[in-house]
Amino acid sequence: MKFNVKIEVMLKPGHSDPEGETTARALRELNYPIESVSVSKVYMVVLEAGSKAEAEKMADGMCRRLLANPTKDDYRFEIRETR
Amino acid sequence: MKKDEVRVCILRVGGTNCDAETKRAFSDLGVNAEIVHFNQLLKKRNLFDYHGLVFPGGFSYGDYVRAGVIWAKSVAAKIGADLEKFVEKERPILGICNGFQVLIEAGLLPAFDGVSEYPEAALAPNIPPGYNCRWVYLKRENNGKCVFTRNMPKNRVIKIPVAHSEGRFLFPKEKENEYLKRLCDNDQVVFQYCHSDGTLAVGEYPANPNGAFNDIAGICNPQGTVFGLMPHPERAFYGWQLPDWTKKGTVPAFGDGKLIFESVVEYITKKF
Repeated sequence: MKFNVKIEVMLKPGHSDPEGETTARALRELNYPIESVSVSKVYMVVLEAGSKAEAEKMADGMCRRLLANPTKDDYRFEIRETR
Repeated sequence: MKKDEVRVCILRVGGTNCDAETKRAFSDLGVNAEIVHFNQLLKKRNLFDYHGLVFPGGFSYGDYVRAGVIWAKSVAAKIGADLEKFVEKERPILGICNGFQVLIEAGLLPAFDGVSEYPEAALAPNIPPGYNCRWVYLKRENNGKCVFTRNMPKNRVIKIPVAHSEGRFLFPKEKENEYLKRLCDNDQVVFQYCHSDGTLAVGEYPANPNGAFNDIAGICNPQGTVFGLMPHPERAFYGWQLPDWTKKGTVPAFGDGKLIFESVVEYITKKF
């Protein structure tokens, strides 16, 4: 079965986000009433797996082994079967 | 072992830089240094033909995902077991800038309990944000375990340039104090960012150019044989690479970076 996996990697709470802060400043300069901006990365992955559970296990492994550094990153993912 | 028997491998992949400067530094000290593409190492070379290994600076694989992580995971997947043996044999590994990021992401540093499956630290985007290219002062903190700094006395202040945008050393928030204690207890803190008089930067920019936790610029593993640092010692090997020699009238022969290369060459010649 083929699955679409949307993986989002974001900073853990309490970690500084210089990219978010710089973006917030730039948006304020454009007169938007910005309180804060946080930046995360989204990976759209298409993969083959025997079941949704197997796809979830793979997605979790991808995050832990490559996409997120547990020192500073959290991650979440959504999985949808596709054709 | 005589100097001319020493062989050092400087690895490269797409996006690495300063491999030629690193080779020249080692070569001028009288050892055999070879720039080897990672694929060439896999197909035509044996890691154990070399007494030392260098991961140079740069932006390996475009620094996609996180700086150094793509190369780190490729290294772990393809030569991870050999690298662990290399470390066990106490053959030195140096990671400069992007190379330091690779060593952290590959779990070769800080490696509190041996090579870790997942990274125990991170080199996060700089604060203040952006690419920072400047000369900084470093204080040698190591008490003697690190084989790359044995030729310089403790508390010695050296001047070396940084050039990176992801160099903010940090530990997991919940383990910050525990890990810092382990780092200090194991004598793994090698360099801290400081002012020209040796007082620590205490996070103050630009002395600390990236907001690194505890002003950490470079660390080694508990054995002292794997060493990573954000600054570029190969860019401060010769006196003519220094930024201020024209004001001094005479060109010094060498810069402070030479001490790092000399130290590890001396270690190899005595050890093997």
